[in-house]
Amino acid sequence: MTVAISEKAPDFTLPDTDGREHGLPQGQVSAVVFTCNHCPYALAWHDRIADVARDYDDVAFFAINPNDADRYPGDSYDAMRERVERDGGWPLPYLRDESQEVARAYGAKTTPHVFVIDAEGAVRYAGAPDADHRDPAQNAAWLREALDAVLAGEEPARPETEPVGCSVKWRQ
Amino acid sequence: MRIEFLWWDGCPSHPEALAELRDVLRSEDLDPDLIERREITTDEQAVRERFPGSPTILIDGKDAIQAGDGEPFSLTCRVYRLRDGRYSATPDPDDLRDAVRTAKENQ
Repeated sequence: MTVAISEKAPDFTLPDTDGREHGLPQGQVSAVVFTCNHCPYALAWHDRIADVARDYDDVAFFAINPNDADRYPGDSYDAMRERVERDGGWPLPYLRDESQEVARAYGAKTTPHVFVIDAEGAVRYAGAPDADHRDPAQNAAWLREALDAVLAGEEPARPETEPVGCSVKWRQ
Repeated sequence: MRIEFLWWDGCPSHPEALAELRDVLRSEDLDPDLIERREITTDEQAVRERFPGSPTILIDGKDAIQAGDGEPFSLTCRVYRLRDGRYSATPDPDDLRDAVRTAKENQ
């Protein structure tokens, strides 16, 4: 089950594509995005999410790939590294959740599935980046709206939306 | 003309893709009820049917949108590119229309 709004966000220690470990910072707003390499929804939304990460430099962003790389080799740690290198670097760390424990703790359903976490560590938004993966003009509006509210110390007007994308590929 | 629509329930794009395919057929004066729908439910079936992801549309047995080389056959959402280069979970309707017209010409 997806972690509920206002519940404490599960912390994590996961490696990025350079092998550096990351976890939720204390006292800072964060955004956690479960995503992957092989899903058209994740690919379509990627640039919009990267733009948000560039625009909100006071927010800690994390992209997490939890997919089973045995069945989906395009989501392996090596493939993640190759993608970031091919893109010339990302504005947010791309973390590997090999055990899938972090995705399970958040109750991530799809790639992408976005969580906004306030400075006290509580989840304030969970869902999709915006209303339509095919429309770049949407500009990750739901994610931006949630970040603006949380940074202003307010509740997002739309704390939950239905995540849309490829199902997380759990180990069988 | 034989039109097959292969889909996997784990990917949410198939209703939209089917609706767009039906629109394309109507616009080409073809009966949308021609479409044979086939659900792919296992990795074994995906390999057997050479299914590169959901949705996949076959026209007279050929993939309407050529899959990339080396794309594995599995239960997954298929990655399409729209004509302007954007990623999409469904094919560009104009590409589908071209594939239907080519098939009509070859009949």
